[in-house]
Amino acid sequence: MIKIWSMKKDENAAAKKKPKTSAAQIRVQKDLTELDLPSTMKTSFADPADLLNFTLTITPDEGMYKGGSFKFSFHINTNYPHEPPKVKCIPKIYHPNVDLEGNVCLNILREDWKPVLNLNSVMVGLQYLFLEPNADDPLNKEAAEEMTKNRDRFAANVKNTMRGGHLGSQRYDNVMGAA
Amino acid sequence: MATIGNGSATADWPGRYFHIDQILDKPGPRTDPGFSAGAEARFKLSFRKPFIVWKVEVKAFLRDQAKILVIGAGGLGCEILANLALTGFKDIHVIDMDTIDISNLNRQFLFRSKDVGKSKANVAAEFIMKRVPGVKVTPYFGKIQDKDDDYYMQFHLVICGLDSVEARRWINATLVNLVDPENPESLKPLIDGGTEGFKGQARVILPTITSCYECSLDMLNKQTVFPICTIANTPRLPEHCIEWASVLEWPRIYGDKKMDTDNPDHISWLYKTASARAKEFNIEGVTWSLTQGVVKNIIPAIASTNAIIAAACCNEAFKIATSSAACLNNYFMLIGTDSVYSYTFEHEKRSDCPVCGGESLDFPISRDLTVEELIEMLTEKQDIQIKKPSLSAPTKQIYFQAPPQLEQATRPNLEKKVSELIPEGGEITVTASTLPFSLSLNVIYT
Ligand SMILES: [Zn+2]
Repeated sequence: MIKIWSMKKDENAAAKKKPKTSAAQIRVQKDLTELDLPSTMKTSFADPADLLNFTLTITPDEGMYKGGSFKFSFHINTNYPHEPPKVKCIPKIYHPNVDLEGNVCLNILREDWKPVLNLNSVMVGLQYLFLEPNADDPLNKEAAEEMTKNRDRFAANVKNTMRGGHLGSQRYDNVMGAA
Repeated sequence: MATIGNGSATADWPGRYFHIDQILDKPGPRTDPGFSAGAEARFKLSFRKPFIVWKVEVKAFLRDQAKILVIGAGGLGCEILANLALTGFKDIHVIDMDTIDISNLNRQFLFRSKDVGKSKANVAAEFIMKRVPGVKVTPYFGKIQDKDDDYYMQFHLVICGLDSVEARRWINATLVNLVDPENPESLKPLIDGGTEGFKGQARVILPTITSCYECSLDMLNKQTVFPICTIANTPRLPEHCIEWASVLEWPRIYGDKKMDTDNPDHISWLYKTASARAKEFNIEGVTWSLTQGVVKNIIPAIASTNAIIAAACCNEAFKIATSSAACLNNYFMLIGTDSVYSYTFEHEKRSDCPVCGGESLDFPISRDLTVEELIEMLTEKQDIQIKKPSLSAPTKQIYFQAPPQLEQATRPNLEKKVSELIPEGGEITVTASTLPFSLSLNVIYT
């Protein structure tokens, strides 16, 4: 024991007392304050003192989802960045990679998450889903099938459902309103 | 209780520590240099003391003074407690928040079927005290997070036998934060053990000196995570069906109601839901225990692997407490999946480690300095030169450069004096894209 304590003495100069801010908290501060988002994405904090829970609104300016405004909830737990943030799409939308419960199929949100990734990568990844919906990883199977079978009809469905229309037995949320 | 050296009341009997004393009485070829009397002046205790006096003091330290904390009283914890008690540690504390489950009885040998439902920490403590006379084990049935710095300060050593990454990160950060350069005893060596099937690791962390748990987070084996679209559409494995039930069906049916993986009703629901799904897709193998294993992320635990790793951890505790041999530097890996292979290496400290890396500066400033002026100072100071720093205190934001809403919310602070926001000796955490991770400033008012 004594040996360890004397070791400390030798290294006194290098040793520094650390703040009590948790590693997750500092990492979220770093991620958020270094966000470099295009004008098509905007974060919003219900409680600005709470960095761990917020929403992201994506308003694509090209592609089939142009003109819509898509809100996602972000929940970050104290095990971040060991665990990815939990992200859900709030409105009910017609998209091959988003199911009706708001689950999103984006690899970096689950199987491909790594601590070196950050909130910026997740946000950019989400925006990409609206520019390039991917029928190979479907969460909404009908939407994915339609997209491969008949792209025009799929585009028309997207347009229709974004205004809050029905499709089959399903009613979708209007996302054309306030951004 | 006490033994050699001070003649007080003792639970020891002649020859009790015969074998261990053979180690402590004779320095061997690999003995730590500090072990020999007077060999090195920097070891206070041995300095200019004849070896005979020194060895008596080492034994007295081990048996009368050393206070050791064991975190976790599960598979590893049971082994650790037994080993420590039998090597002569007499003041042992143990923390565990779990109660004994019937499935633990196959390897957690301090528990019997009559103990099911009771606190692991309490039962383990009682068992050890009954079995090893003179050893005091103080249990705490609860979470490590319930305890404060003063509590952790009382120990000389901490051994972890945990299966949770989150708990390990917490205790690691707590012990790193505890280090006070003015007080050598604030350095609490952390010995961490972990197993997974035939694999395991033991490591010695000397907070702020060696690499810490956080430094090595990227080495962790990632648990298997399946793509959500596979779970939703193309299940092939029983695990896919169980994940479907827990990740997709539970929130769909129950909304915000939290799933409790310790609640047998919840597991039953998941099991039934997953079984129905498996039947639909002609998948075999969904069982109650697999369901529980998948949702609780239960890592296969093998009693004998636990025994190896716990033994390695306890030998390090003994060596550190007695300086009788050089301790592990700093990572021992056991791989028993393909023959048996072990590897010991020095895991390196990461300069961008959020817990032990980064820099900390004593930062003298005037009481009249505003936040805006502080930011200017940080930007202009030759040796720091931080671009666009964002500042926070442990409980509040001071100034954030982005995102726009938080910049606006914190902008009024720019005109405030730092001294209105931060007490003397308080910490400011600075992040910026030009810093590897963060910089912490110890504010000193001049
Ligand atoms: Zn570290």
